[in-house]
Amino acid sequence: MSDTLARTPLYDLHAELGGRLVPFAGWEMPVQYTGIIEEHMAVRKTAGLFDVSHMGEARIRGRDAAAFLDRIMTNELSTLKPGAARYTLMCQPDGGCVDDLIVYRFSETEFLICLNASNAQKDLAWMRSLIGTAKVEVLDECAAWAQLAIQGPLAEQILALTTSLPLASIRRFGFLVGEVAGASGCVVSRTGYTGSAGFEIYLPAASATLVARALLAAGKPLGLIPAGLGARDSLRLEAGYPLYGHEISERISPIQAGLGWTVKFTKAQFVGREALRRQAEGGPPSSVVMFSLDDRRIARQGAIVFAGDTAVGEVLSGTLSPVLNKPIGTALVAAGFTGSSELTVDIRGTRLPLHISVEPFVK
Amino acid sequence: MSQVPANLRYTKEHEWIRLEADGTATIGITDHAQAALGDVTFVDLPKVGKSFAAGEVFGTVESVKAASDLYSPVSAEIVEANTGLNDTPDLVNREPYGGAWMIRVKLKNPAEAAQLLDAAAYSATL
Repeated sequence: MSDTLARTPLYDLHAELGGRLVPFAGWEMPVQYTGIIEEHMAVRKTAGLFDVSHMGEARIRGRDAAAFLDRIMTNELSTLKPGAARYTLMCQPDGGCVDDLIVYRFSETEFLICLNASNAQKDLAWMRSLIGTAKVEVLDECAAWAQLAIQGPLAEQILALTTSLPLASIRRFGFLVGEVAGASGCVVSRTGYTGSAGFEIYLPAASATLVARALLAAGKPLGLIPAGLGARDSLRLEAGYPLYGHEISERISPIQAGLGWTVKFTKAQFVGREALRRQAEGGPPSSVVMFSLDDRRIARQGAIVFAGDTAVGEVLSGTLSPVLNKPIGTALVAAGFTGSSELTVDIRGTRLPLHISVEPFVK
Repeated sequence: MSQVPANLRYTKEHEWIRLEADGTATIGITDHAQAALGDVTFVDLPKVGKSFAAGEVFGTVESVKAASDLYSPVSAEIVEANTGLNDTPDLVNREPYGGAWMIRVKLKNPAEAAQLLDAAAYSATL
């Protein structure tokens, strides 16, 4: 690991906007500007703009690109139509997750994959190690792209002020390529990591500051504010989205994480298929659950979950839900206890009842 | 820039203490501390009658991002805890030196207070 933190093209803008910069996955990123709760509620009620340029990108191209992706990913990518994107996991042979990704299809032979910042170089090496004789190239485009996410009920209205792209024609997980705020070559997709409506924009790194300024200026009268990684985390937890290293990891499979819908056993072969099928059929040893607490204390990563006096799990993520105004989180809980109404969690020596939720806290 | 009122004493751990005329003292966390914590969501304070040595943990302040220990600036016995913070923990962000005081204590060794940082010395640590 290098000691120096990477900076996104928006670094100077973050400083100008009063962002509090912290180290995250090797990057110097804004955790908040005005406050996590205020930024969270802006996304739920108006709109927030996130710099997610730390995310990595890989271009996959070649005659065998679609078949290659079907072989290394759990979801089916060969059936994806150009102009559409799909969420997928990439697994190890034992079913553990290498990463979770969104795959965008540009043409029959060309795809762009969004990688988690902390996994980008590992993912590229992993994918390249699996090429074999396939006619496919795996290109590292991490430095070429910046990424912005504009999220919230007014996101579309604001984005429309800066582009002539027909946004209404973009369906969920669809995308268009075109000009935003005068910058050409932007990929505008109706995706997000907040549980609110909105778009993610992949744009040439050199255009990032210009586009971000244009969006902030256009959106300010409508309540758009810059939002940091703190709000991004509380938003994704309310919406029930996993974060790599928490709900999914090399030791937590997509079956355990409740992401079985991304695993297509109809495909004859893909990396991890046998291990995942055993888990899906026999039931995994432990599963991820969502929970809330009737308290003000937050159960954070590593807090132990008990059934009576027996430790049966641990907290994977925890935060305060600004919408519910109470603590929420996720935990990995041993088989047989995931539906229990008798669980507690230990927070600094106090055992608090943990209420399991089957549905995300916002939809 | 964070505020550092001249009439208070401070610890390196970002607590403030105000010595009252009646021999008690009031304790809270500084403006710098609340800004570093971000949105405060919970304050765990001790019961009246409990005693703490100087430097001992007397409670916890929790924000969306993290939980942090609160250290007693002096050896003291709790006379009153600000139970209002149970319902409005965000007051810590808005009025760190006012409505969001945390505990009122009886000093066990008043000489200790002289060893705490004054405003200029605390400002120099920020």
